[in-house]
Amino acid sequence: MATLGSAPTSVDASLPTAIPVAPITVAPRHALLVRITHWIFTLSFFALLVTGIEILISHPRFYWGETGNVLTKAMFQIPIPSSRTLVQTGYGYVLPDQNGWSRALHFQAGWVAVLTGLLYALYGLFAGHFRKHLLPTKADLSWRSLSAAVASHLRFARPTAAEAHSYNVLQRLAYLFVIFVLLPLVIWTGLAMSLAFASVFPWSVTLLGGRQSARTLHFFASMALLLFLLVHLVMIFLAGFGSRTGTMITGRVRQTKERP
Amino acid sequence: MTQLSRRKLIVSGLAATAGVTGLGVAAYLADKYGLVPPDHGGLYGPGETLTYATQRLLTRHSLAREFSRSQISKPLPNEMPPLRDEFKRFEAAGFTDWRLSVEGLVDQPTSFSVAQIKSYPSRTHITEIACEEGWSYIAEWIGTPLSHVLNLVGVQSHARYVVYYSIDPEWWESMDMADALHPQTLLAYGMNGEELPVGFGGPLRMRLPRQLGYKNVKFINRLVITDNLKRFGKGLGSAAPEAGYAWYAGI
Repeated sequence: MATLGSAPTSVDASLPTAIPVAPITVAPRHALLVRITHWIFTLSFFALLVTGIEILISHPRFYWGETGNVLTKAMFQIPIPSSRTLVQTGYGYVLPDQNGWSRALHFQAGWVAVLTGLLYALYGLFAGHFRKHLLPTKADLSWRSLSAAVASHLRFARPTAAEAHSYNVLQRLAYLFVIFVLLPLVIWTGLAMSLAFASVFPWSVTLLGGRQSARTLHFFASMALLLFLLVHLVMIFLAGFGSRTGTMITGRVRQTKERP
Repeated sequence: MTQLSRRKLIVSGLAATAGVTGLGVAAYLADKYGLVPPDHGGLYGPGETLTYATQRLLTRHSLAREFSRSQISKPLPNEMPPLRDEFKRFEAAGFTDWRLSVEGLVDQPTSFSVAQIKSYPSRTHITEIACEEGWSYIAEWIGTPLSHVLNLVGVQSHARYVVYYSIDPEWWESMDMADALHPQTLLAYGMNGEELPVGFGGPLRMRLPRQLGYKNVKFINRLVITDNLKRFGKGLGSAAPEAGYAWYAGI
């Protein structure tokens, strides 16, 4: 039975060869903890995205610095109607206001995402997941290897069968960037918008350039995460949506080709 | 099943038991130390409770960020329902007969005039007021620390919350004692060196710079000190959760 973290086991030599041998059991493509945290995070990210957009609609203007409001010049404005009358968007109508439940769900989903992320990060550090599966090798980072990977992506080449068992260098770099740059940034900028959090850690706001800068950076980091999600989905469709999604659920790589 | 999975089963069973016991102990301690918000029920209760408990543990004595005079922004009054005739009569009289009544778990229920409030030691801070919508401005706020008034009336030791009412009966809020006794929590009557304009909540506005704009109720005329918020409104703590917003607005 394949268990979490078990090493690949070979077929027992003492088995009578006449009996059809069951498929060789190997370590799962994705560890159980990676699969569980992946799907919990997927759900909470979706909740954060939808509620984040809802909250944004109540004031679709962005500023840089400490303060910003309708009397201040905006750094940029999202061209959508607002859910509040305070912002004159020029559209002549006001969208339904959904901030109450959106804020509650945003923070609750934020807790789920952060706690799940912490569990994943601890696992990644101590079980060697980051080192073994995500850290690119020296050879991977060579100019030739990188350009070959970029070229193959630009051709939209379908991944080879071998690639179903490990991440290529671009994937590794993208995942590391999301895990160690974008997610910490989106958490930091989110917390910096909390007046109470800022009272304990004032530098968390001043380092970002102020409360409104934190809000603007929170938006940019969220958009970068959304972009990552879209590319992630396109890649999964190109590689075979059923098989890749199935692998992230069961941990097993399907050997046969998918039925049309 | 194999030895290994039996061991796994026992270990998971023990872990689950420890987990449930741990949760029970955590719930008891959280309630004892006032870490459970009044709106902890419902679908988003766990998130509200986690946020309130964490921030209450972290921020009991922390001070809201204060700014320099040069950072004061052109202030923006928030939207308000039309002022009632009753309010307009007070305004026409220059708020001379405006009273702030303080009652509930206090030794001496008292009614203060604005002039009395202004005669007490004042505190000034230049702080940011932020709306849950996302916008913010910085202003100088002048007022009497709420703790000073609470000391005058003698708050009883088992008090846990201060409920505060606007003259508009639909607008009432409450805060825990950590916020009520916090040095920056003001009964504000001045702004940017002048009288607090009506558009910003004059004659008296509750000003808690560590919580969002909607907790900073305008036109305050009544405080009730209590140990139990269940008796107020729908029992969720204030008008905000009745309208779908969090009672605790530190985030």
